[in-house]
Amino acid sequence: MSRLWRASPLTYLALVIAAGMSVFPIWWMFVVASRSSDAMGQLPPPMTPGGNLGANIARLFDNTDAYFLTGLINSTIVACTVTVSVVFFASLAGFAFAKLRFRGRNALLLAIIATMMVPTQLGVIPLYMLMTRLQWNDRLPAVIVPALVTGFGVFMMRQYAGQAVSDELIEAARMDGCGTARIWWHVVVPALRPAAAVLGLLTFMTTWNDFLWPYAVLNDPANPTVQLSLRALSDGYYQDMSQVFTGTAIATLPLLLVFVLFGRQIIGGIMEGAVKA
Amino acid sequence: MTVQLDARPPAAPTPGSRRRSSGRLTRLDTRYSPYLYIAPFFLLFAVFGVYPLAYTFWVSLHDWDLLGTDHPFVGAANYTQLLADADFWHAVVNTLGIFVISTVPQLLAALWLANLLNRGLRARTGWRMAVLVPNVTSTAAVAIVFGVLFGREFGMINWMLDLVGVDPVAWKSDRVASWVAISAMVDWRWTGYNALILLAAMQAIPRDLYESAAIDGANRVRQFWAITVPLLKPTIIFCVIISTIGGLQLFTEPRLFHSGTNPIRGGSLRESQTVTMYMFENAFAPHYNFGYGSAVAWLLFALIAIVAAVNVLVLRRMGGGSGPGPGKGAAR
Repeated sequence: MSRLWRASPLTYLALVIAAGMSVFPIWWMFVVASRSSDAMGQLPPPMTPGGNLGANIARLFDNTDAYFLTGLINSTIVACTVTVSVVFFASLAGFAFAKLRFRGRNALLLAIIATMMVPTQLGVIPLYMLMTRLQWNDRLPAVIVPALVTGFGVFMMRQYAGQAVSDELIEAARMDGCGTARIWWHVVVPALRPAAAVLGLLTFMTTWNDFLWPYAVLNDPANPTVQLSLRALSDGYYQDMSQVFTGTAIATLPLLLVFVLFGRQIIGGIMEGAVKA
Repeated sequence: MTVQLDARPPAAPTPGSRRRSSGRLTRLDTRYSPYLYIAPFFLLFAVFGVYPLAYTFWVSLHDWDLLGTDHPFVGAANYTQLLADADFWHAVVNTLGIFVISTVPQLLAALWLANLLNRGLRARTGWRMAVLVPNVTSTAAVAIVFGVLFGREFGMINWMLDLVGVDPVAWKSDRVASWVAISAMVDWRWTGYNALILLAAMQAIPRDLYESAAIDGANRVRQFWAITVPLLKPTIIFCVIISTIGGLQLFTEPRLFHSGTNPIRGGSLRESQTVTMYMFENAFAPHYNFGYGSAVAWLLFALIAIVAAVNVLVLRRMGGGSGPGPGKGAAR
């Protein structure tokens, strides 16, 4: 990268304000989550954590309306299954589209890109009816199975495989007698690892965060995802806000954890995606 | 990557049937295995993508009540009823209002933020993470937190307004105020994300353009509007389209912004009910009218297509002949 403009103190000041506005609601969420409910009514609002987190957590998990523990377990199952599956199938299909010749390749790739344009809302009603027929309503397969592979994943892996896997290497493997399956496993998968990591992170976060489809199909309050537990909490009439905020904080924690650990890769993925997608 | 390619021909072929059959296997493998690899996507997509899409349309042509035993074909009746449905248009206006209020400031702020991040900064990754962190939080959680921040009695926003002498705003029961509150949520979440996309494209702009502009006497602001913005146009269009698709589908934020009785209506007078919420209200509880809900879904799709097309046309016109974007940025 060539030389950049020097950042002035004013630049830093502006960035501090922007960063502060970004972080503040999250910080405040943790503050309220760790205090008693009257923290909500205090003005000026408290800005430092209190000592009530343990009691709030206990109340949250005892709350019989929210099924919060079930929600956490369900979300973990759903997000992990979907992540593994999307990365697996997308790396297979991405490899095929990037490196193998077959009839109809371009048309099929175009079809995949077209699927990325269609809003999920359009399919919600018939998908719901289909789930009713399969008797998957209120059960986890209803949220897992339709998400097992995504057009976005296939496309992303195809873009990455195109540049990360050299044709010569594949040719060499073929000459050594490798079938395509072994080429995929021994040549392509190692080369795709960085992109697979980013795709896995993004998939995990999107799936964990999803609200619309689980809201439509998981109507049994006793079997929610964690986001649906939050809805049950916030729609409740008792408005025990420190308990609600403890819930939102716990539901956000896995995402923040992933971000702290892999933030660099996620940022790289977003910036790469912008220029190469 | 350098690869050692053996240029010599492979060892002398050993004749024999075993070799021939493995050759046939290889041919089968190279010809058909690609289809095997892409099959999972197309199978799943056929069942959970194409079929629902076509079926939504089919359902929308029927009087399809969940409780009814038969579903008579009614042709375009759902659509004509919908086009005369005041609540539907109310939701359309809400959606467009929230979309405009959120997208315009969001993209301007993102441009400005990207410009800040495109300097020689200490702790570069730290700043990038700080502006992106809203994007990786749980949408449902954030909607609930913002719902409290924008509370009427004890909300922090009204408290701060009070400090500067502004009367409290009824963020949930005033129509435009609720649009602003929901837009604030959307902006908070997406500004940093868009800034990073714009930053990536900014970094691909050759520096000598700025140097020659500086020699010609253009100051920093002038350079920004005369060089940076025009060259970013492809990326800006990309951001606008992504924001359009996302903004018009808004559901989680407005749905969880409201609680109490019938939150799916977005407030007692449907102050901030979006089209997607209206679809849910009709297709699922309380009405369970799949035909009508499907018609809403298709009109939402049409709305997204129209708004996206208008956006592209307007942006193409704006800024005149900017030519192709910078190498990588133009690649999309």
